[in-house]
Amino acid sequence: MNTPHRISVARWHQWGAMLLGALLLFASAATLAVDAEDTLVDPALRTRYESINRELRCLVCQNQSIADSDADLAKDLRREVRGMLEAGKTDAEIRGFMTDRYGDFVLYKPRSMVLWAAPAVLLLGGLVLVGRIVVRRSRSMATAAPDPDDSLANDEPGTRPTDGKA
Amino acid sequence: MNGKLLNRYLWPAVAVLALFGVFMFALARIGSGDLVVSEIPSPLIGRPAPSIDLPTIAGNEARFTSASMLGKPWLLNVWGTWCPACRDEHPALMEMAPIIGVPIVGLDWKDDAGDARNWLASLGNPYHAVPFDPVGRTAIDFGVYGAPETFLIGGDGTVLAKHIGPLTMEVWETKLKPKLLAAKGERP
Repeated sequence: MNTPHRISVARWHQWGAMLLGALLLFASAATLAVDAEDTLVDPALRTRYESINRELRCLVCQNQSIADSDADLAKDLRREVRGMLEAGKTDAEIRGFMTDRYGDFVLYKPRSMVLWAAPAVLLLGGLVLVGRIVVRRSRSMATAAPDPDDSLANDEPGTRPTDGKA
Repeated sequence: MNGKLLNRYLWPAVAVLALFGVFMFALARIGSGDLVVSEIPSPLIGRPAPSIDLPTIAGNEARFTSASMLGKPWLLNVWGTWCPACRDEHPALMEMAPIIGVPIVGLDWKDDAGDARNWLASLGNPYHAVPFDPVGRTAIDFGVYGAPETFLIGGDGTVLAKHIGPLTMEVWETKLKPKLLAAKGERP
């Protein structure tokens, strides 16, 4: 009778260690990389600098934004962003500078409307599909003897509506 | 009845199998090395190469300009003495340089000019010219994100192809040279 208890204590330790590890991971990921030569004193420029950096992917590390990364290339790209901000370039111009050289991959937020629209289209399609199935089922249940004129009621419930009959 | 069965079971099964086929195809390409998922496609291909105007590692007044290369195709090889893969690549460059008929320009990226001179003095110099880019500004113009990277630039200054990773004779023969021949075919 002792064994299950010991196992559960061991599990506790495991879970605790995992939780601690996860917390440490997030804590380290949340810190921004800071350049010693960071000299943007204008708070408005500074805010734009930080938000643009967060949008740009560090290409060496590929899963960090250039705001988080200490990689050499990320430092160079931050320096370019800072220089362009100081030269009065707009955010769009700065993003354009990056995509002209590194492609859309450098942006965390894809510009392609297809990518943005896809989840909404898929959700809508799913809702339409479910709606049709529900309507069919309720009709076939409501009419004890199916109306021969109603082709929908003749369909087996749950039939895919893409067969051209609907 | 048959049609309904088809709709209910066959088409979903076909769809799942088709998806499975697509996944297996992609995995096979990754396995064979045809598809490298960490490679970021360059938006520069087919567009004019960014212009280069840099000093060379010689440390004297001499400069390298991309304008001086107009009229003949050339390779731009991005390297640095800090880059282990560049050391692996170096013997292949030495082998290729005299025989491929296309000059190789070595962009020394974020490096120390003295280290670069020592490297070439001890390992041999395969390069037609060695522009020096210690701050990495020109490399950013080319969208470089690691070394070695190699660009094939046509005689009209257009970027024809890019190779990420060490250049080898095989890469030249199978990936870069065909692009050069195709470009020559279009613009004789």
